[in-house]
Order: sequence, then C-alpha cells, then structure tokens
Amino acid sequence: MQQMIFNLSLFREYIANYMKTKLTYRADFWVEVFSDLMFSATNLIFIFVVFQHTPALGDWSEAEVVFVYGYFMIPYGIFSTFTNLWNFSERYIAKGEMDRILTRPAGSLTQVMLENVDPPSLIGSLIGLCIMGASWSQLGLAFHWYDPLVLIVMTLGSVLVYMGLYTALATISFYTDAPTGIAPLMYNIQNYGRYPIQIYNKGIRFLLTWLLPFAFVGVYPASFFLERHRDLVMAWLTPVMGVIFWAIGLWIWRRGVKRYRGAGS
Amino acid sequence: MASAYLDFIRIRFLTMLAYRVNYYSGIVIYAINIGAYYFMWKAIYGSAETLGGFTVAQMTTYIAVSWMARAFYFNNLDREISNEIRDGSVAVQMTRPISYLMVKMMQGLGEGVFRLLLLMVPGMIVVTFMFPVSLPTDPVRWVIFFVMIWFSFLINTQLNLMTGLFAFFVENNEGLMRMKRVLIDLLSGVILPMAFFPGWAQAALNWLPFPAITYLPSSVFTGRLAGGDVWNALAVQAIWFAVLIVPILLMWRAARRRLFVQGG
Repeated sequence: MQQMIFNLSLFREYIANYMKTKLTYRADFWVEVFSDLMFSATNLIFIFVVFQHTPALGDWSEAEVVFVYGYFMIPYGIFSTFTNLWNFSERYIAKGEMDRILTRPAGSLTQVMLENVDPPSLIGSLIGLCIMGASWSQLGLAFHWYDPLVLIVMTLGSVLVYMGLYTALATISFYTDAPTGIAPLMYNIQNYGRYPIQIYNKGIRFLLTWLLPFAFVGVYPASFFLERHRDLVMAWLTPVMGVIFWAIGLWIWRRGVKRYRGAGS
Repeated sequence: MASAYLDFIRIRFLTMLAYRVNYYSGIVIYAINIGAYYFMWKAIYGSAETLGGFTVAQMTTYIAVSWMARAFYFNNLDREISNEIRDGSVAVQMTRPISYLMVKMMQGLGEGVFRLLLLMVPGMIVVTFMFPVSLPTDPVRWVIFFVMIWFSFLINTQLNLMTGLFAFFVENNEGLMRMKRVLIDLLSGVILPMAFFPGWAQAALNWLPFPAITYLPSSVFTGRLAGGDVWNALAVQAIWFAVLIVPILLMWRAARRRLFVQGG
C-alpha cells in the first residue's frame, strides 16, 4: 500500500516534468498526436477501402470490424501512454542509462515506464471510444447497464496483456546487444488481433490466442458486445489472460534486470 | 574514393551478421506478415474471382513479393541520422572528406544487400512452397523487377534521408519519423495495392513518390503491368529518384549552416 502511494507520488512528479519538457517543444507535441492518429487512420482506411470491394470479411460486416477496431484503440492508447518502451534497448542498454535507474529506490520497471510516459496517446483511446459508440448505434446493439463496467474490466485485461507481452519483449535486450532488434517485431505483430480471428488458419489463430495473445486486445473482448459473434468464454478469458501475461512479463523483467552489466562507458 | 564507400557497404553487412537476433526476428516478422495478410485477403476475396483487377493468385504473389521487396529497401536511416544529429556526432562526420549522405546511403545498401541475400531469397523460396504463388517465367521480367526494386531502395532511402535531416530544423522529429513510416506502408502499396483505392485517391497518389516504392515493381512482377506500361513504370521511378535529389541537397546545404548541437 505504502509502495503504491510512493509510486503515485512519483507518477505526479514525472507528469509535471513531462509537461515542462513538452511546453518547450510545443510543435512536436502536436506532430506526435497527429502521427498517432495517422497510425489509426491508416488502419481504418484499410478497412474502409477493403469493404468497398467486399460485403463481408468472413461473416463479419464492416460496422462490426470497425467496432472491434474502435475497441482495440482504447486499451492500445492506455498501453502506449504507460508502456512506451520502443527505444528501451537503445536508451537504457546501449547508452547505459539503466545504471542510473538501478541506483534509485523505486522499482526499475516503474521508473522506466514513468520516464517514458506519453499522455498524448490517450487521445487515441478517446477516439476509439467514439468509433465504438458510433458503430454501436449503427449496429443497433442493445445497451445494458453493465456494459460500461464490462468494458472497463475488458480494457484493463487487454492493457495488461499488452503490457506483459511488451515488457517481456523489452527484456530481451538484457540478453542481446542488438540495438534495433525488438522494436520492429513489436510494431508488426500487434496488427493482427483486431481482425476477426476466424479468418486465419489454425496456426495463426493459435499464435494470436495463446502465444502472443493479441486477439485478447481486440476481437475476443469486443465480441462480448456484439450479439451476433458473442463468445462468452473467450471474452471472459481476457482479464484472466491479462493477469497471467502481466505476471509473466514482470517475472521475466526481474530475471532480465539481474543480467544487466552496464554499458561500460 | 569509391572503395571507401564500398567499405561502408561491407562493414554494415558484417554488422548485420553480428546481430543474429535481429536476423531471426526479421524472419519471424516477415513470415507472420505474409501469412496473416494472405489469410486476410483470402477472406476479403471470399467467393469473388477478381477484385481491383487482381485475381486471387496474383494477389497472393503480390503480397509475397511486396513484403520481400520491402525487406530489401527498408532501413532505419532516418532514425540513425536524427540520432547522430541530436547527439552531435554528425559534426565529426561532416569534417571527413567523404559525403555524409553517401555514407548513410551505402550503409543502407549494406543492410539491404544483407536482407536480400539472407532474408529475401530464402524467404521467397519458402513462400513459394507454402502459398500458391506464381512466379513469372520470363527472365526479362525478373531483370526488370530487380532494376525496379533498386529504384525502390533509392527512393525510399531518399525519403528516409529527408526525414532524418529534419532533425536539423526541429528539435525532435520522432513524430515525423513515425508518420513517414505509416504513410509509406499505406501509400506505397504494401498492405493495399493502389488499384483498390477509389479513383480520386489513385489520381492523387500518382503525384506522390510512394507508389513507386512498392506498387510499381510488384505490379510488374505479378504481370498486372505489361508491355509499354512496364517501361512507363520504370520511367516514373527514375523521375522520382531524380526529382528527390533536389530537396535533399537543398536541405543539406541549409542544414550545414544551422547545425547546432544540443548538449554534447
């Protein structure tokens, strides 16, 4: 509990610092927001263009695929805000900044996460929520009192899945000196959980469900709200998978940190 | 002089060999990408015979060859350049009697050749066994394809140089680099052939360099473009290469005047 309060106070300090640096580089802030949105816009454009040529993807309609994408944007925005580890190996391993982290009393992962906190990504979550809302009414889905609560639980589960996976992947850089090895891997694989999982073959479906469970950051939890595709078992597995993968991520991180030897500069 | 540049290619090639994890993760990435897009396009086609003028077989070949071409032309020169500008080491490089931009280009080429030999060629062989890919039988088409992906490399590298050099003019070009990457993937035709875009978008894209990077070479390879269109496509690439030299040189000249190293 005390740890928690301590971390929260750290969080406040880091955010204050973040604000100060961002106010110096004001134009960058907007470029960053814009480029984040471009990333989502690209994927939406892909969906819209494709559906100009076909009425359905598997048996999923355009509005349903967009709905899943909207859902995906919510946990993705939250995840990018707090787990901005894209340049982890360059900054902390190759340049040796991990030395500084390890001499301080707070948890190493907490510090790395807070140092790279990236609030503009949250705008993506808001837009995702709007997209989800729009497709919700377009599909004429019923609205139950518990839906917002379920959405929160699902989102938390998805965020944890993402955080666990990416923490684990970032940990790889403790074991290898490759300065650019993981970022492209991260960037690429995350794309596939947001399309209806049924369209893939068994191998990819297995990969996206159990090994790199990106399907839990898109199609499975979103299916809870889509009456036609509802898969309650897979949907409720989302928070479970979240906790499991977050635990795995943390465990791997702790092992990895022990291997850190410094960059020697 | 030329041998100095050749050395940069060689050194980068060897550096790439040293980082095994990058190599293996590269294989995984491309395998997953091609596989996932193959199944996605199969679902998109459903029972349709042709979409956007592509048959299913052409589309499969298009996806495979586009990703493989991407392996060759893709590099992170923009990030490398902006890092060197930000940490100030570019100043040392500028004092050397060789052109900084050429050195960067050669390093990118070393990376490209590495992936061409160790990723693209074996990858293509594996892909032809796994998916119904139909390779062209005409040797001329192969030759033209390789000339065209050479231009893809040049144009993509030019765009990377420009994005990287922006670090001279803004303190932080992170967002710009991300934006460029997303734009190239969408508008060059890797994830979506230009023929699928609505007419007005296609007309607009014809005035941008992006389709020259993937769409044109892959269309030639799959046989979507044939006869005189092939030479047209090649000419478009050559023109873009020539045109893009101008802004790079202008930026480079302006940059040398306003280089200011942050910290150091």
